Amino acid sequence: MAFTFAAFCYMLSLVLCAALIFFAIWHIIAFDELRTDFKSPIDQCNPVHARERLRNIERICFLLRKVRGVPIKGRKEGKKEGRKEELVLPEYSIHSLFCIMFLCAQEWLTLGLNVPLLFYHFWRYFHCPADSSELAYDPPVVMNADTLSYCQKEAWCKLAFYLLSFFYYLYCMIYTLVSS
Amino acid sequence: MSAPAGSPHPAASARIPPKFAGATASGAAAPSGPGPAPHHQNGPAHSQMHVPSGYGLHHPNYIVPSGHFPQGPGKMTSLPLESQHNDYYSGLYTVPTQNVVTPCTANQSGAQQMYGRGPPAPHVVGSTPGSFQGAASSASHLYTSASQPYSSFVNHYNSPAMYSVNSSVASQGFPSTCGHYAMSTISNAVYPSVSYPSLPAGDPYGQMFTSQNAPTVRPVKDNSFPGQNTVISYPSPLPPPLSQQQRQQQQQQQQQQQQQQQQSLSGYNTLSWSAPGLPSTPDSLIRNHTGSLAPTNNNPTNTVADSLSCAVMQNVQPRKSSPVVSTVLSGPSSTRMPSAAKHPTEPVVPVTQPSELLQQKGMQYGEYVNNQASSAPTPLSSTSDDEEEEEEDEEAGVDSSSTTSSASPMPNSYDALEGGSYPDVHSSSASSPAPDPAPEADPAPAPAPAPAPAAPQPSKMAKPFGYGYPILQPGYQNAAAPLNSGVHPSSQGYSGFQQYPQYPGVNQLSSGLGGLSLQSSPQPESLRPINLTQERNVLPVTPVWPPVPNLNLELKKLNCSPDSFRCTLTNIPQTQAILNKAKLPLGLLLHPFRDLTQLPVITSNTIVRCRSCRTYINPFVSFIDQRRWKCNLCYRVNDVPEEFMYNPLTRSYGEPHKRPEVQNSTVEFIASSDYMLRPPQPAVYLFVLDVSHNAVEAGYLTILCQSLLENLDKLPGDSRTRIGFMTFDSTIHFYNLQEGLSQPQMLIVSDIDDVFLPTPDSLLVNLYESKELIKDLLNALPNMFTNTRETHSALGPALQAAFKLMSPTGGRVSVFQTQLPSLGAGLLQSREDPNQRSSTKVVQHLGPATDFYKKLALDCSGQQTAVDLFLLSSQYSDLASLACMSKYSAGCIYYYPSFHHTHNPSQAEKLQKDLKRYLTRKIGFEAVMRIRCTKGLSMHTFHGNFFVRSTDLLSLANINPDAGFAVQLSIEESLTDTSLVCFQTALLYTSSKGERRIRVHTLCLPVVSSLADVYAGVDVQAAICLLANMAVDRSVSSSLSDARDALVNAVVDSLSAYGSTVSNLQHSALIAPGSLKLFPLYVLALLKQKAFRTGTSTRLDDRVYAMCQIKSQPLVHLMKMIHPNLYRIDRLTDEGAIHVNDRVVPQPPLQKLSAEKLTREGAFLMDCGSVFYIWIGKGCDNNFIEDVLGYPNFASIPQKMTHLPELDTLSSERTRSFITWLKDGRPLSAVLHVVKDESPAKTEFFQHLIEDRTEAAFSYYEFLLHVQQQICK
Repeated sequence: MAFTFAAFCYMLSLVLCAALIFFAIWHIIAFDELRTDFKSPIDQCNPVHARERLRNIERICFLLRKVRGVPIKGRKEGKKEGRKEELVLPEYSIHSLFCIMFLCAQEWLTLGLNVPLLFYHFWRYFHCPADSSELAYDPPVVMNADTLSYCQKEAWCKLAFYLLSFFYYLYCMIYTLVSS
Repeated sequence: MSAPAGSPHPAASARIPPKFAGATASGAAAPSGPGPAPHHQNGPAHSQMHVPSGYGLHHPNYIVPSGHFPQGPGKMTSLPLESQHNDYYSGLYTVPTQNVVTPCTANQSGAQQMYGRGPPAPHVVGSTPGSFQGAASSASHLYTSASQPYSSFVNHYNSPAMYSVNSSVASQGFPSTCGHYAMSTISNAVYPSVSYPSLPAGDPYGQMFTSQNAPTVRPVKDNSFPGQNTVISYPSPLPPPLSQQQRQQQQQQQQQQQQQQQQSLSGYNTLSWSAPGLPSTPDSLIRNHTGSLAPTNNNPTNTVADSLSCAVMQNVQPRKSSPVVSTVLSGPSSTRMPSAAKHPTEPVVPVTQPSELLQQKGMQYGEYVNNQASSAPTPLSSTSDDEEEEEEDEEAGVDSSSTTSSASPMPNSYDALEGGSYPDVHSSSASSPAPDPAPEADPAPAPAPAPAPAAPQPSKMAKPFGYGYPILQPGYQNAAAPLNSGVHPSSQGYSGFQQYPQYPGVNQLSSGLGGLSLQSSPQPESLRPINLTQERNVLPVTPVWPPVPNLNLELKKLNCSPDSFRCTLTNIPQTQAILNKAKLPLGLLLHPFRDLTQLPVITSNTIVRCRSCRTYINPFVSFIDQRRWKCNLCYRVNDVPEEFMYNPLTRSYGEPHKRPEVQNSTVEFIASSDYMLRPPQPAVYLFVLDVSHNAVEAGYLTILCQSLLENLDKLPGDSRTRIGFMTFDSTIHFYNLQEGLSQPQMLIVSDIDDVFLPTPDSLLVNLYESKELIKDLLNALPNMFTNTRETHSALGPALQAAFKLMSPTGGRVSVFQTQLPSLGAGLLQSREDPNQRSSTKVVQHLGPATDFYKKLALDCSGQQTAVDLFLLSSQYSDLASLACMSKYSAGCIYYYPSFHHTHNPSQAEKLQKDLKRYLTRKIGFEAVMRIRCTKGLSMHTFHGNFFVRSTDLLSLANINPDAGFAVQLSIEESLTDTSLVCFQTALLYTSSKGERRIRVHTLCLPVVSSLADVYAGVDVQAAICLLANMAVDRSVSSSLSDARDALVNAVVDSLSAYGSTVSNLQHSALIAPGSLKLFPLYVLALLKQKAFRTGTSTRLDDRVYAMCQIKSQPLVHLMKMIHPNLYRIDRLTDEGAIHVNDRVVPQPPLQKLSAEKLTREGAFLMDCGSVFYIWIGKGCDNNFIEDVLGYPNFASIPQKMTHLPELDTLSSERTRSFITWLKDGRPLSAVLHVVKDESPAKTEFFQHLIEDRTEAAFSYYEFLLHVQQQICK
């Protein structure tokens, strides 16, 4: 039994994976919130509600942005929002970190399992459908049913993947600790 | 009353024929039809008439369907046999080859039920001969609509039964004939009027009118009447001629309904929107009549006469001696008809009926009658117009109707109809008489009655007219065919016959629908396999009309107008699997806020809606009993509120099905305070003007200020209307217009990094309180900045300031920009590389460079503010980025490349005209639009200018009448347990008068289970427009070449899918169903459109603007942009001309867009939507050049010519009236360019000849070969 680098990688992954699971759950909740709308026509006609709804969509989308929104000069709100955004980039970077660590630790199998998602993330990051600064999470577009359902599916799949990998890392960690 | 009742029946029967006619007639009935018909009473007569007509029609149709069989209409001359009928059916509806196999699908059952109710069910069964039944069965399998035909059959057979049949049925039938769904009501009205006129020709008509119906007729324009009256002079020996009576009855019914509605109006406020339409409609009707008559007259052959006589007889018999009547009619018609002969407008007709014209004509005639009858029943449409002239007409109609419509349509119908619409229940009420009408009617002489019906529904009329076109085509469906035949002849005859100045309805329709595909509409035609590579003239010579969903007559009549609401597939596939196999896009195209000529407006304390899905009650719900109704979208059973039990139209209790909400698929509710949480906002307009050096140089300010001064009083709004102005260059200027100031005060804010409002109030001021100041400002503005040297433009900060100014109220911001914004937030850099303009590879920068404008638009949207952009620039201005400010705030975008007030006068004039329209058109504020559809369908992507706030809710800060939308649909659950699907859009908005209103459109479509049916119901134009929208998205999100590939693949996939699944013909040829025959042509046109073309030098802004237009233009206008119309205008004649507002508008045939059509001796007009080109050939007749252009010869025509002089010559008048007519009613005013054959400007013209080969693109034939290659791979 030895505390190898691989074991360390798995331990760290375990912790970070929990964070990823959190991100995935957060996505799911966010999209669910987007999808749910009040069916009451009165609410819909209410300009206040309209504004709240819009804010909500924007807020969620901003949280999901790839890059921190460039605060518009003269727009104070923009600056405030700047702080708390970016849930996507951390997720992608954490996952990339895994892959690099596994590469260093020469855990090929684990790396192999993660590479597809890594490529997917790269694709998502560099292939932005709407505009250069946002992923698919573009306020005007995100409410289109197919975009929304795509995002939801994506979030669920990631959650499943992260959950499975969480237990896989746990197993691997113990295995490496015990075997070596 | 009985007589009237009878008449209604006939009408019903008449209707039937159209659809079914073919089938039924084909059955045994055909031969016997004529004979028996006479026996029948009025009602029966109609039916009989139909039958014959059906026959005639069928034949042609039949043949057509056989289309598979190679032929044209001509071959079909032989009469249809029963067997033929069967074939016909099978061919048309089901797979071409097979027989009637499909018994009844769920739909059918429904239809049958409907059936039952209409005509006594028992009758049907017993009476119908075996052959008949066969036909019916086939019909049933075909479509629900089939059921109707069935009923009609029944009628025919059981003449007595027919009698009993309610008028309502007839009315329903009518719609079917019309073919248009939405139009149905209107069309009906129109029809009736038409029919009247025609009848009038017969003396009886005149008598009838005078005595009975006179009141009703009156609505029609005076013109028509007079003519008719004169005609009437013929002594109508038979006052009671059935046809007349029937018509009258129908009219009366309609009128009654209308009257009722009017009466109800007091209760409800029905508004008629477009005044202009009305007059025209009558005319159109008249035409139809005349036309029908004319053909009959023309036909020398006895057969024709017989058929006619029979028809007449039938009609007449019930009441009086039919034969006499018929003869009379023929006589008058013939006498009058000569003119009809003149009208060759519809080439189709001749084609279809080479030898058999006579018979067919006879048939048509009968159909025609039927149509009329049917039309009469349609009362619904009338309800809407309170305000306008139509009221009178309607009222008049009412009286007559009251007498006529004895029988209420049947309760059966209730049950039967899924819709639950009791369309014609009124009959009873009708009998009751419409109080109002009588007086008015009196004034309006007998002739008036017919017109009156028409008047109420101008738009619809037009549609029927359109149908007429289809008629020509042999392949046309049964239902359609009758109509067409009726219409065509009538139209021709009409024009010739009486010169009614007004034809507007028809013309308008045709113009409006011009883009639509007529060809596809004929269903027989729609499935006829066409070998595209061998079909040289794919493009029809008449405008393409939208196909009519295959519903039963009643539903057709009630359905929403295709102008407002269209689906790419008029037969919805049952499952996603079928849809996937068909490889066709499924989606809706909406034009929800279109200017309507008539619209029922309902004021009610409780707006009845489904409790679970919030659907508004509509004509397609079903009433389970008096107290409950079943939602047609979610199938929940709801209670009928107490208030709804009272029908203000009839002032009767316990007839919820007669309420206008249930009688009209397009209605408007005045919303109660439940629908607002803040008081409705006032109309607020803010103008943000670029006054940098560039802008001053371009000189747009003068034009804008002038337009504003002229239209200041016409700005939509009430006493609360507010207006404000801002100008900007490198600083932002506000104008204090507070009442009491001696002159406008200019406030300059130079801190563009942190914009603030210099004063909180008085920047937006009440229009009426500060009118003088505003006028002062507008007079001063153009000269205030003449010496400016400021070249920078701080658009972004100006927009932020505008947003702040508007956020308390919301409203409309109009931004005028002339260059790239160069200062402050949202500044842009030039991204266009001029060397890449004609690149065939990658086109970049179709998306925004910054999301500043998008965010701003979203903020604006949240504050109910829309931003409209006018971009007048001579250089690249990055429209792709700027357009975002309008796209997401539901604004609109205008672009004037190379604008200069003196160097480019045509653009200046265009701006002026556009501004006039822009400033005075209707506007709705703080709007939301929700689109609902039957459970199982779901919407995904939306196209247009808006913000999507929820999966089915579009947030529209403003809505204007020129905005179109598109929605893509998918089928999530199988629709096997339903035969109909419905779509409903509800647009909630605040009118400029501060009223909260809800405009609801409901569209109903049949569900089919076979792939062939899906192909039969393709609406090519809608599909193309949806594809164009999808391609724009693809271009932006992926790349232009991707989008182009996708377009080509759309053709390849759909045609190969058709070839491998439906068509059994050889695979070497490129086979397309008739409904899709224009598909490759349109796609090619799209590929050569500015938005998607490659290889031709296209400026980036032009390209982006074309994309914006594709996204936001309604279908009618978009189609002209995609596929321009080409006419030859050096030989305009009055042949087939239509009359609009006292002008004669010639109707030259459409030419295909190919240089081969351009002869050097000719002059051609190309209508590209926002641009007109007149191409003058070198060898053009000097007379034409002199008479129309005002120059002695070709050489003296100047290079730049944008106006036609008003010369006092016949050809000049014709040309100008034609062009004016084309220009009417489009959102963007069109600029006219006269292009000489040798001028450099001709490349502009030639690039629109999309069937020709260009350096970078295929010719049409090459494209077909390319597609074929792809398919064979």
